[in-house]
Amino acid sequence: MNALARLGRAVLDALARLGRATRFLADTVLALPALARKPGLLVRQLYAVGVLTVLIVLISGLFVGMVLGLQGYNILVRFNSESSLGVMVGLSLVRELGPVVTALLFAGRAGSALTAEIGLMKATEQLSALEMMAVDPYREVMTPRLLAGFLAMPLLAALFSAVGVLGGHLVGVELLGVDAGAYWAQMRNAVDFYDDLLSGVVKSLVFGFVATWIAVFEGYDAVPTAEGVGRATTRSVVNASLAVLGLNFVLTAIMLNGE
Amino acid sequence: MVSSDGDALVVVRDLHFSRGSKPIFRGIDLTVRRGSVTAIMGPSGTGKTTLLKLIGAQLRPDAGRIEVDGRDVHRLGRAELYALRRRIGMLFQSGALLTDLSVYDNVAYPLREHTRLPETLIRHIVLTKLHAVGLRGARDLMPAELSGGMARRVALARALALDPMMIMYDEPFTGQDPISMGVLVQLIKTFNRALGITSIIVSHDVPETASIADEIYLIADGRVVAHGSPEALGRSADPWVRQFLDARPDGPVRFHHPAPDYAEDLFGAAERAA
Repeated sequence: MNALARLGRAVLDALARLGRATRFLADTVLALPALARKPGLLVRQLYAVGVLTVLIVLISGLFVGMVLGLQGYNILVRFNSESSLGVMVGLSLVRELGPVVTALLFAGRAGSALTAEIGLMKATEQLSALEMMAVDPYREVMTPRLLAGFLAMPLLAALFSAVGVLGGHLVGVELLGVDAGAYWAQMRNAVDFYDDLLSGVVKSLVFGFVATWIAVFEGYDAVPTAEGVGRATTRSVVNASLAVLGLNFVLTAIMLNGE
Repeated sequence: MVSSDGDALVVVRDLHFSRGSKPIFRGIDLTVRRGSVTAIMGPSGTGKTTLLKLIGAQLRPDAGRIEVDGRDVHRLGRAELYALRRRIGMLFQSGALLTDLSVYDNVAYPLREHTRLPETLIRHIVLTKLHAVGLRGARDLMPAELSGGMARRVALARALALDPMMIMYDEPFTGQDPISMGVLVQLIKTFNRALGITSIIVSHDVPETASIADEIYLIADGRVVAHGSPEALGRSADPWVRQFLDARPDGPVRFHHPAPDYAEDLFGAAERAA
């Protein structure tokens, strides 16, 4: 009976959280028109969320592309089809690794920073102070961050894929001797704009939205103490990563079905 | 009702509020007269800060009403509430300055947000307010570079920026050294007497608060235990009031957290085992 009660409590807590997160999202979206009158807030967040994440995305993208080149070559060469390396590198990056790995990096770098920042603003009464100064904290704090994450993620994922393709080229063509013409030409023929590129963009939009939503909400919902902010930051990264991986499966299944 | 009393700026009637299942207020009545300094005092954890948040309509009561300037704050629409809040300053315990803005920009923030004044005029106002709290020279510092007392003074300048009718001070003296405590006492008094700003002070620092308050409300266990002028409360014979004002370690509020009998606790188990 005790176990049953605990299960019930856990389910109720989860539902209440989901409810709070949904209301939070509604309030954040409702503040969009007000944000249009202060575009500087969005620009600053695009810098904090986007630009500051570029370096880690570039480095990771390069390494992932290089590993793809190495692994791909070693598999393809067994079937004498190493000239298809470009196809393999390009498709895996654009369809899967670009959006997914970028979203995981994004949750770790930008998401954790967002949660900690907002949690700290709550703990130091800055959010309360905004309210008492008759300033909507959603317009001032939440909405610009959510929108910045939503806009930055697809661009970061595109950067990741682009650098990854170069990394694959570096290892496959420069080091292992795959023909450069074949690498590029086969990639161009095989990667379809709608089926591959666009599906990757849709994924990165969804991931960016979900990861930022979780990050901003966890900060807002944090217990306003040092310990609470720490917990919220951990939860933000864990939940965002799980959500991205789970959603990736769902989206992939839907997209492959539609082909 | 008392709300017709033109002399009262804030009227709280039969206020009930609870957090989860824990009741915080069980029927609070208090009145803040225009132009007065009213102190709300009580032990830590009695919900004094919560009371300020209820007056500012950041929280909703379970029952009862709160009127500010003749209007029930919990029945106001969002636009009306924001219009009212523009006329109320609040000094948070930590100062609550926006961490990514300089001292100057923090004080300018409400002006830029709520007025269309040109920057030259804003500069004038900001420097005047900073001068009033003695920090005109600190305008380029960031909040992280300020001491606790300085941060509170900057926050006070920010609260003054829009020339409010009332300022609510949340524990303004807590954790201050004697000098900055004296500075804050002086500032609160000056702004009240010179600018006519109605002041509500939440505090548990007895001598400082009593030195500037016109009226003190003592709150404990969700109720107003006593209220009156500092002199009247000073003469009170009520044991609880005496314990609080004289800072006695034991009295109606026990020194010991409820526990079983001491001797039984120490030796009872051993004797039973023997």
